[in-house]
Amino acid sequence: MELMHDLLLQGWQMVLVVLIAPWITGVVRKTKARMLRKQGPSVLQPYRDLRRLLSKETLLAENASWLFRVAPYLIVSATWVAATLVPTFATGLPFSWVADLLAIVAILATARFFLALAGMDVGTSFGGIGSSREMMIASLAEPAMLFIVFTMAILAGTTRLSTIASVMASGTMGIRVSIGLSLFAMLIVALAENARIPVDNPATHLELTMVHEAMVLEYTGRHLAMIEIAASIKLVLFLSLISCLFFPLGMAQREDGWLAMGIGLVAYLLKINALACLLAIGESVMAKMRVFRVAELLSIAMLFGVLAVFLLFLSRGM
Amino acid sequence: MAYGYDISHLLSASVLVFSFLLLFQGRMFGLLNMFVMQAVCLSLTVASQAHFQNAPHLYVTAAIALFFKAGIIPYSLRRIIIRLGIYRDIETIFGVGLTLVVGVALTCLAIMTVMPLAHAQELSAREDLAFALSVILMGMLMMITRKNAISQIVGFMSLENGLVLAATGVRGMPLVVEFSVAFSILIAFFVFGLFVFRIRESFDSVEIHVMEQYRGEKQ
Repeated sequence: MELMHDLLLQGWQMVLVVLIAPWITGVVRKTKARMLRKQGPSVLQPYRDLRRLLSKETLLAENASWLFRVAPYLIVSATWVAATLVPTFATGLPFSWVADLLAIVAILATARFFLALAGMDVGTSFGGIGSSREMMIASLAEPAMLFIVFTMAILAGTTRLSTIASVMASGTMGIRVSIGLSLFAMLIVALAENARIPVDNPATHLELTMVHEAMVLEYTGRHLAMIEIAASIKLVLFLSLISCLFFPLGMAQREDGWLAMGIGLVAYLLKINALACLLAIGESVMAKMRVFRVAELLSIAMLFGVLAVFLLFLSRGM
Repeated sequence: MAYGYDISHLLSASVLVFSFLLLFQGRMFGLLNMFVMQAVCLSLTVASQAHFQNAPHLYVTAAIALFFKAGIIPYSLRRIIIRLGIYRDIETIFGVGLTLVVGVALTCLAIMTVMPLAHAQELSAREDLAFALSVILMGMLMMITRKNAISQIVGFMSLENGLVLAATGVRGMPLVVEFSVAFSILIAFFVFGLFVFRIRESFDSVEIHVMEQYRGEKQ
């Protein structure tokens, strides 16, 4: 009975991240449209897009290898696994013992590796340029992410995400400067990882500026659907990560009853929708950067990460 | 009250964050906006210190910081920039990335310096002092690495922000000192403003390297 209960919760979390992923993408697009005084497509439009893409014919380039066909499924499954590991409405779920922050970073890196390979597979110049830029951004964003992980690990004494979230939620930590610095770094990393403005524009197909879109230019039909849902899940993953690390209000514990779980779920949905709206507002007020400026932006994130770790050493008295 | 110290501590860290963003910023008006935000953060820090330390005279310091640093000085700098017509990107001596790395190294240096200094002090007060010292060092770094006279002035002003931060972090700076510092900063600003126009008249540019050529330091 205990096991059933646990598995049910874990299964619900796995389904939840996929179910709300297109919704969050829709919320971001809708908010951006409203910021520009446009009506904008319905929030449910991403679901309709996915259904349309799934029913369409899938075209392949003549020289596409097996890798090109397998990559979308690998990417979506890796991203899904990573998103499942992030605590959303409750901490301490049965799979949480594998939910190591470093493991999540590594799984995401695997997904990105396959995406970059698929981008180069067909041999078009756009795919190649997209892959190389994606790798450049990743090589700068990942160290910053790791420093955030280190900060959290020093504070909570573990890299297990579920435990970190519980420690953060317990409020024993107080407000720390290191947490503020790593929040700042985390926001920049999340923008870069999800190919949002100012690093990349998700809504454009202008040759010179696109990064993520350039890699997936050759995909059609159900493959494209997989890529799109993977991008949406990744956005949900980062929003959940930010909300569970920095705003862990209302999160339920494993042994809590259904009521606490329900409250946790409502709080989670509110938080993640609010973050999506904030993202859209942020994107509307910023301009996209030149690709070479991106390195400077991400170096800021990394330096703040370094500073956060260093300050922690100071306050621990070395 | 338990969170009181944390809040003022966080605010003083945000002053440091804006110092980094000043180093990062590449445009004239962006630089001024960052400077205004730093001054606002500074005055919030001082005001929160006034509240939590029960030191009402610090409210005056906060008001001075807000009025001069977030009001008059950026406004007149903006006027100068418009009159001189220098909206262009600011050139740095080495790239932004390297400057930021040096900035972090300076922050680490400040922390290492302050750490053994104040053993008796409370931990957070020690960190506050470290932040203040790194804001000062960052202001100096900005004066060194920027070629443009206006951005050097901004660097100097942000250095003074660090001084105010240091003075409020440790308890009990008399108000007279604060007044005289604010006054001398204002005088310095007038002198700077005059100088910038004089430099411009003589050299048709506010870039420093033109003057270096004139003095015969560089061929």
